[in-house]
Amino acid sequence: MMQHVKNHPFGKKHRPHEVVIETLLFLFALFSILITVGIAFILVRESFLFFADPKVDLIGFLTGKIWQPMIGLFGFLPLLSATLTTSLIAMLLGIPLGLFVAIYLAEYASDRVRGFLKPTLEVLAGIPTIVYGYFALTFMTPLLRSIFGESRVDIYNTASAGLVIGILVLPMIATMAEDAITSVPKDLRLAAYALGGTSIETTFKVVIPASLSGLSATFLLALSRAIGETMVVALAAGAGPNLTANPFKAAETITGYIVRISGGDVSYNSVDYNSIFALGLVLFVITFTLNLISRKISGLFHQEYD
Amino acid sequence: MLSETLFGTDEMMTSLMQKRKTSGVVWKVVFLFSTSLAILFLLLLLVSVIDSTFGYVAVRNEVEPHQLVEGKAEVSEFSRIELESVLQEHLSSGILRRVIHEKPLEERSDKDLVSLAEQYVIKPSVVRSWGLGDSLLDQKSIGAFMAANEGLHLSFRSWINWSFFVSDQSANPLNAGVRTAFLGSLWIIMITFVFAFPIGVGAAIYLEEYAQDNKLNRLLQLNIFNLSAVPSIIYGLLGLAVFVRSMEHITSGSFLSSVADTTANGRTILSGGLTLALLVLPIIIINTQEALKAVPDSLRMSSYGVGATKWQTIASHVLPASIDRILTGTILALSRALGETAPLVVIGASTFISVDPSSIFSKFTTLPIQIYQWSARPQGAYRNVAGAAIITLLLLLMAMNSFAIIMRDKISKKKRMES
Repeated sequence: MMQHVKNHPFGKKHRPHEVVIETLLFLFALFSILITVGIAFILVRESFLFFADPKVDLIGFLTGKIWQPMIGLFGFLPLLSATLTTSLIAMLLGIPLGLFVAIYLAEYASDRVRGFLKPTLEVLAGIPTIVYGYFALTFMTPLLRSIFGESRVDIYNTASAGLVIGILVLPMIATMAEDAITSVPKDLRLAAYALGGTSIETTFKVVIPASLSGLSATFLLALSRAIGETMVVALAAGAGPNLTANPFKAAETITGYIVRISGGDVSYNSVDYNSIFALGLVLFVITFTLNLISRKISGLFHQEYD
Repeated sequence: MLSETLFGTDEMMTSLMQKRKTSGVVWKVVFLFSTSLAILFLLLLLVSVIDSTFGYVAVRNEVEPHQLVEGKAEVSEFSRIELESVLQEHLSSGILRRVIHEKPLEERSDKDLVSLAEQYVIKPSVVRSWGLGDSLLDQKSIGAFMAANEGLHLSFRSWINWSFFVSDQSANPLNAGVRTAFLGSLWIIMITFVFAFPIGVGAAIYLEEYAQDNKLNRLLQLNIFNLSAVPSIIYGLLGLAVFVRSMEHITSGSFLSSVADTTANGRTILSGGLTLALLVLPIIIINTQEALKAVPDSLRMSSYGVGATKWQTIASHVLPASIDRILTGTILALSRALGETAPLVVIGASTFISVDPSSIFSKFTTLPIQIYQWSARPQGAYRNVAGAAIITLLLLLMAMNSFAIIMRDKISKKKRMES
C-alpha cells in the first residue's frame, strides 16, 4: 500500500517538476524536427505556387535550357550546370588535397607538426565564407586571368569560384578524413608491416581501403557543402544564368540566383519570389539526400570497427 | 636460392626494393606539398586582405584648400575663424541648416569642423587606389600615373583607422565606416544567443541524459545531424517565409503600438536573429552533446547513489561539470552566426542604412553584408573598404574565440580548485 502513503520516508516522493522538466526538454529536442518540417513545408508550398503559375510547367523547368523570368522562360538547367561546374572544380581541388593533408596528419606528422597544423586548419575553417568570396574576386580571378589570358577568362567565372570553394571545404575534408583514418585499428597497420609493407604501401593498400566508407561519407558531405555554398559564387561566379561548360565564362549558380533575386526588392507573390523557393527546394532535396547517404555510410563504418 | 625462385635474381629484388622506396619518398613529398599548399592558401587569404587595406590613394579634391584660404595646403592648418567662415560661405543653405540644427557651429570642436569642411567643401574623391604590394614594389608606375594626371594628391592610406570604426555608411569610400554594421552584428548575435542557447542546451540534455535508444530519438539525432549540414541559404528562405512574411506583425513590432518605425516590413533584427538562431541551433545541440558526453558516468552514478533525482543530478552535477565546454561550443556556434551572410541577404537586410539600430525592431545591416556589398561594387576603392571591413570582422571573431578560450581556462581552473 506504498502509493497511498504520501511522502513516506522510504517511498517515492511525488515530484511533479521532474516530469515537467523532462517534457519541456523533450519539446526542445522535438523543435529540431519542427525546423525540418518547416523548411520542407515552406519550400513545397511556395514551389507549388510557382508551378501553379500559367507561365511555368514542370517539364519546362526540368529540361529547359534558358532561365529568363522576364520573358517567361524557366528552364533551370543553366543554373544547375553552373552549380555542378563549381562543385566539380571544388571537389577536384578539395578531395585530393584534403585527403593528402589528412593522410599526412594521421600517419606521418610528428606531434609538434600536428600541434601546429590542426589549429591552422581550424582557423581556415572558421573564416567566414564571405571572406573566401572576396579572396576569389581579388586574388583567384586576377591570378587565373594572368595565367590563361584576359581574353579567355571572364572577370566573373566559375573556375575561380570553384577553386576557392575547394579551398573552403579543404579543412573540413582534412579533419573528417583524418578522423576516419585514425579510427582504423592499429592491428591492421601492424599486420601490414609484419608482411613487409612499407609505410606508404600500408597507407594505400590497407588503411585507405579500411577507411573507405568514412572517407566517402566525408566526400559526400563536402560535395553537399560545395553545392550549397553561396557567398563565393555570388561574388565571383557572375550574375546571369548561362548554360556553358567553359569554366572561364560567367555563369550563375542556383544559390547565386537566390541571393541576387532576394537581395533586390522582390514583391511577394510574384513569379520571381516563388521561383527562389522552387530552386531552394531543388537545393534542399539534393543536399539533404547527400547528407542522408553520407550519414548512412559513416554509420556502416562505425559498426565495422566498434 | 629461395630469393631467386620467388622474386627473381638479387638484382631484380634490389631494384624492386629501390622502386618501393622511391615511391614512398615521392608520396611523402606529395603529402608535404599538399599540406604546405593548405597553409599557403591561408597565408594568401590573409595577405590579399591586408594588401588591399593599406596602400597609396590618388585623390582629387573638388575645391583645393589653398583656394579657400591663401597659403594653406591642408584644411587642418586652418584657424578656427577661417574654418567657421569657410563653412558659412561654402555650404549650401540646406546642408548648413541641417548641420546647425544638429549642433551649432560654435559648439563643435575643431576636429569636427575640419571633417565637415572636408566632407562638404573639399569633397575629395578617390581616382585610383593601389594595394600594399604595389605601393611598396611598383612605385614607378604609381609615379607615372601621377605624372600623367594633374591635380591629384597622392597619400599613403590605412583604410582601417579610427574613423572607419566610428563613422557610418557613406557614398564616398573615403568616409565610409562600419559602425552601423558592427552594432547590427552585435544585436543579431544577442538575439541569436537568447533564443538558440536555452533551446539548444535543453535539447542536448534531453538527447544525452533522458533519451532512450528508440526509433524516435534516433530520428531526432539523425535530423539534427542533417540540419547542421543544410545550406545556410535554405534557412534564409525559411526565415523569409516565416519570420518576415507570416509573422510580420510580431517581427516588425507593429503589435506594440509604442514602436513608431514600422517601415522595416518585418525585415528586422528580430527576424534576422531568429533566422540565425535556427541556423546555429543544431550546431549548439551537437557541441553541447559532446560536452555532456565528456562528463564521466561515475559522477552521475554517485549522485544517484546518494539519492538525487535525475534533474537534481543534471542541474547540480552534470551541468556544472560541463558548463565550460558548453559555453565554448556555444561561442563557436555564435561566431559561425557572426560570419553568416547568405541567410541575412535572403531575408532582406538593408544594404544602405546609416541609422544605428535602436531596438530589436530596427532595420539592420551586419558586417558580412557590408563586406558583400562593398566587394560587389565596381569602383576599385570599395575593395579597399571591404578589406578593412574584413579585418574588422576577423578581429571581432578572434576576440570572441579568445574570450571563449580564456573563460574556459578560468572555469576549469576554478573547478580544479574546488575539487
